[in-house]
Amino acid sequence: MLNFDLTDEQEMLRKTIRDFAEKEIKPVRQKLDESETFSIELTQKMGQLGLFGMQVDPKYGGQGLDSLSYCLAVEEIARVDGCQAATVAAENALGIMPIYRWGTEEQKEKYLPKLCSGEQLWGFGLTEPEAGSDAGNSKTRAVLKDGHWVINGAKIFITNAANELTGGVTVQAVTGGDGDQKKEISCIIVEAGTPGFTAREMHHKLTWRSSNTAELYFEDVKVPESNLLGSRGKGFPMMLSTLDSGRLGIAAMGVGGAQGAFEAALEYAKVRQTFGKPICKHQAIAFKLADMAVEIEAARNLLYKACWLKDQEKPFEKHASMAKLFASEVMNRVVNHAVQIYGGYGLMEEYPVAKFFRDQKLLEIGEGSSEVQRIVISRHLGC
Amino acid sequence: MKIGVLVKQVPDTETKIKVLDDGSGIDENGVKFIVSPYDEFAIEEALKTKEANAGSEVTVASLGPSRCVESIRTALAMGCDKAIHIDDEGSGPDSYVTAKALAKVIGDQGFDVVFCGKQAIDDDMGQVPQLVAEFLAWPQVMILENLEISEGKAKATRRVSGGAKEVYELTLPAIFGCDKGLNTPRYASLPGIMKAKSKPVETLKISDLKGDANNKLEYSNFRMPPEKAPGKVLSGEVGDQVKELVRLLREEAKVL
Repeated sequence: MLNFDLTDEQEMLRKTIRDFAEKEIKPVRQKLDESETFSIELTQKMGQLGLFGMQVDPKYGGQGLDSLSYCLAVEEIARVDGCQAATVAAENALGIMPIYRWGTEEQKEKYLPKLCSGEQLWGFGLTEPEAGSDAGNSKTRAVLKDGHWVINGAKIFITNAANELTGGVTVQAVTGGDGDQKKEISCIIVEAGTPGFTAREMHHKLTWRSSNTAELYFEDVKVPESNLLGSRGKGFPMMLSTLDSGRLGIAAMGVGGAQGAFEAALEYAKVRQTFGKPICKHQAIAFKLADMAVEIEAARNLLYKACWLKDQEKPFEKHASMAKLFASEVMNRVVNHAVQIYGGYGLMEEYPVAKFFRDQKLLEIGEGSSEVQRIVISRHLGC
Repeated sequence: MKIGVLVKQVPDTETKIKVLDDGSGIDENGVKFIVSPYDEFAIEEALKTKEANAGSEVTVASLGPSRCVESIRTALAMGCDKAIHIDDEGSGPDSYVTAKALAKVIGDQGFDVVFCGKQAIDDDMGQVPQLVAEFLAWPQVMILENLEISEGKAKATRRVSGGAKEVYELTLPAIFGCDKGLNTPRYASLPGIMKAKSKPVETLKISDLKGDANNKLEYSNFRMPPEKAPGKVLSGEVGDQVKELVRLLREEAKVL
């Protein structure tokens, strides 16, 4: 039996987040983007609303929501601002989830309550200057010596990892295996302020300009052996599993961002006149809007199905990849149409579609590029 | 303190209202319903009063069809503790009967203070709170702009025309009609939304509460306001336009 109704709670959640995004984020999104400012104030407000730790058990301060509710929340924020959606999606999926899924009871009690309340943020250090899609090629090393891990290396493009709320990062490091041996990869917790650990905020981005992106440097960083997250040598499967779930959030950003750009374009097309009538009455524009609406609807349905599969504890990984790939590429086509519909004004930052156009590109690159998604999907097909 | 909030569910302000073909009411098909915006200020004021007075409890009450429970859940998600839904049993009560039933509930609950919006944004009657106060023989202050409560007393400020303010000092229990500017309603937080579903909602029936009160108001029919006639744009030299405008105002509009 098919049923597309959201629950009362999901409807209320969508409404409350839409109100919040319209009233609290929309008035400042342009200014923050222009000045490349990560807003502590807005992040704390999002924390108070309950946007961090959405899928974490309430006993650690989370909200205990399902995947669909989480994606509805990300979608609604991305409809207004991809940057704040990035803060939320990265924090939930990458900052918080690995600690929640693989942390010891002690680690969970120590870190999760502050992360779920938004008092602190957490980074997930995976990508390196020379290891992105090829994550197995990580060069950051951790050596166990006298009850401590000593970490050396560097990470890049790490969201939420270099601001005054950052409590620390989960870093993926090579902990064994040399030469011809298969590399042993593990995840280790490094708290902010640990000597030798530097986080530097990255600027001059095309995309997500008011989200916090960091370069991380580890120079003989010493942390206790008990900072190992999960089992030694299981870092790679942990990372893959984290990204499988994270893809749902990126897909939700694609759907929400496409929706926001579409609404702006539709509104403009009804008002802007050429040749004596609103441009939406010209078939050339009307057909674009129709195509945009169809593609967004299709992407949303694919995303919600992937969420449904996950919430039913059925295999969802293939659908999560499909949703991430499709929604991010749908948003690419939608923002392209939206700028075209705005004409010259679409090229100006004071109109909303330019920012959607810029913020879209990350979605085809981050948390597994579109090319990687096609590899994942084709492997599910037995290729 | 026992704090009460009265909430009405109304069509969303962005809804395009359609009148039923037979003029008996509005077509509710596809209409989105929300908490009446002034009632959101009442909910916020109730929650602030609760936070300032340890051990307090906020009960939200709403009268209307079963769909009102959605609005009740919103109030619970914002932080109210429990709720009473008064089922109107399809009876279409007017302000008088509504106030009778609400006054009975408020009296039975023994509230120390009751908050409501200064008016609902659907029919804009703006008289239920005053009627409730009358039936309970309580003081009331409407269009509330500021409120201070301490030790069973309240100091209430309301706006009057010309920018003047009236300040009332009164003894609780009392009822207050809240206006924009009194506070900033909080968002229903995600944990609040999740907790709301397990908070108690008691259902009462209007027929058990209104006593022998009957509607004093009868609706004969609803219709949309007449379409506005298109305006006229004058052209030509400015001097000629002025002459033509004066002539039209005198001869056609007959306002000169």
